[in-house]
Amino acid sequence: MLKILFFAALRERLACANTTLDITGQHLTAREVLNKLASQSAHWQQHLANAELLCAVNQQLVDLSHPVAAGDELAFFPPVTGG
Amino acid sequence: MTLRIQVQQQDFSVASEYELLRQDARCGAVVTFTGLVRELAEAELLGMTLEHYPGMTEQALTQIATEAQQRWQLGAVSIIHRIGTLLPNEQIVFVGVASAHRAAGFAAGEFIMDYLKNRAPFWKKEHTSSGEYWVAAKVSDQAALKRWE
Repeated sequence: MLKILFFAALRERLACANTTLDITGQHLTAREVLNKLASQSAHWQQHLANAELLCAVNQQLVDLSHPVAAGDELAFFPPVTGG
Repeated sequence: MTLRIQVQQQDFSVASEYELLRQDARCGAVVTFTGLVRELAEAELLGMTLEHYPGMTEQALTQIATEAQQRWQLGAVSIIHRIGTLLPNEQIVFVGVASAHRAAGFAAGEFIMDYLKNRAPFWKKEHTSSGEYWVAAKVSDQAALKRWE
């Protein structure tokens, strides 16, 4: 299982803080996971497909081209605005 | 290097943090920065909520401080970032650096803030008299990283 987290404006728009995806035996990148999630519904498509999103794998900021594996924690979120 | 990373709801005392940073006699300089909740030009700001990514936040801040230490000789770094609901003029963020000489302290402080603004997973939501809005990332904050490349 892949654990997927959403934060801030993205979490609110999806009305979802976390979900899981069974990716057993698949070699996917974060972008491919994003595309899979977007294809689940028109609502998710709207908020995941065109947004400028950052992603983290196992709590490290990475490119969307980064590979993910079962057991990983993958997070998607808008550009950060702390400080 | 002494490293203090704190992500917390409660307020902090700059005086207490400064006292901790000035304990090392090898350091002749302490540089500190405090970020505050600022009023808006376009609407009355009632307050803001700061969301973060627990776990990743602390790791990201530790990595930023460690990178600063690799670039400059630093005696101590302290980073505090508040989360939760904050009112106008409240303290949000503190960065303090102790170093042998002032140039390293000033540079490391700016480096840490520039990277915190772009890499640490915090998000601000402003509560204003005309509604609630997630703050958009600034292009100027992204551009600020270029000077460290």
